[in-house]
Amino acid sequence: MTQNKRDWEVQPPYLYPAYKSTGLRAPTKPLVPLKHTLSELTGPVFGHDVIRPYDNDLTLNARKNGEPLGERIIVAGKVMDEQGRPISNTLVEIWQANAAGRYIHKVDQHNAPLDPNFLGAGRCLTDRDGNYKFYTIKPGAYPWGNHPKAWRPNHIHFSLFGNQIASRLVTQMYFPGDPLFDYDPVFQGVPEKYRHLLISKFNLDITEQDFALGYQFDIVLRGNSETPFESK
Amino acid sequence: MSTHTYLQTPSQTVGPYFAYGLTAEQYLYDYSSISNGNLIVNEQVKGERITISGQVWDGVGKLIPDAMIEIWQANSEGKYLKDRSLFHGFGRLGTGTHPQNTVEFQTIKPGSVNGQAPHINVIVFMRGLLVHAYTRLYFSDEAEANATDPVLKSIDPSRQQTLIANKSRRADGCTAYEFNIYMQGEKETVFFDV
Repeated sequence: MTQNKRDWEVQPPYLYPAYKSTGLRAPTKPLVPLKHTLSELTGPVFGHDVIRPYDNDLTLNARKNGEPLGERIIVAGKVMDEQGRPISNTLVEIWQANAAGRYIHKVDQHNAPLDPNFLGAGRCLTDRDGNYKFYTIKPGAYPWGNHPKAWRPNHIHFSLFGNQIASRLVTQMYFPGDPLFDYDPVFQGVPEKYRHLLISKFNLDITEQDFALGYQFDIVLRGNSETPFESK
Repeated sequence: MSTHTYLQTPSQTVGPYFAYGLTAEQYLYDYSSISNGNLIVNEQVKGERITISGQVWDGVGKLIPDAMIEIWQANSEGKYLKDRSLFHGFGRLGTGTHPQNTVEFQTIKPGSVNGQAPHINVIVFMRGLLVHAYTRLYFSDEAEANATDPVLKSIDPSRQQTLIANKSRRADGCTAYEFNIYMQGEKETVFFDV
């Protein structure tokens, strides 16, 4: 059983001064190496019981009296390990701002409008080939307090487990060609050479005729695609 | 090491607005949650009932109100199980709903896993952390097992204490442990390169 370590060449550092919130929150001491045990090589398993109907369709899962406003999009891709082997039946959770750049979260003070028909949260399981697919609304950009005129590029938050807690990943997916990339310290926290890994690709095969544009975002998790659970 | 054909997807911060997506029920949003602070699915599950409470502190000693804590643990026999019918070894809470930004997990005390001292795996996420941080919680009343635990032994003795949850007995008779996470400072928690 092998499990690769986090690739610190690709991953952002804890302390990234341009992103001000890292200043008082980033661990300052070196991480202590840990030889993987069953504790790291196992992880929670979720089944279809945690997925409600329409949870992979954010244009439907919070409707009250109509359709959410904004540009409908499809975000789809494959979850795989570093050898390209698909990770099947793994949970993918997403959350995002609405088309106006407003989160439904109570502490979001941006004065763009909420959308009564859009929550902005969804989840699904990958299929046996590691594929996932969400229908949603393209999220808007929004301002934040990091520095004067700081705006976050359009993005969708992703949370995945893979098969072990060692493969846990929380990340953000961006859209191609966003002019805010050059000004966003969260995105830039990733070494320049690897930032493209966070940018989805427009994809005509995923696009649906007369309905929604498609974006492809493949996700690579660490290590082995099998989990060594003990039998009951 | 195996050769990598594909590069790992880089991590990004969970940000300040995860609550309605990842911990909706706790924060009273109209959406379901995959997990919460109660790991005991069925009262039939064997094991000592315990409560684990904790807070997260930043570099100037301020409580962090927008962190998310996940735990993953074995059952009382030291087994990590897929089966969730009696016990779910996974819990997830945000620090934003309690007045003192405390998270509180209701669980059972894990057994020893492959000769390691009983422990709970902890993952910390928050705005300002571009990559999540892994740590472990050990128990103050397991001094003997802790003394021989290979992971604890690999840590500078002056920092081992940051991973020990202190036991107390509460008014309701339930065994409680307190586990605080310090991101920086003199008491900075040991985080692992998992």
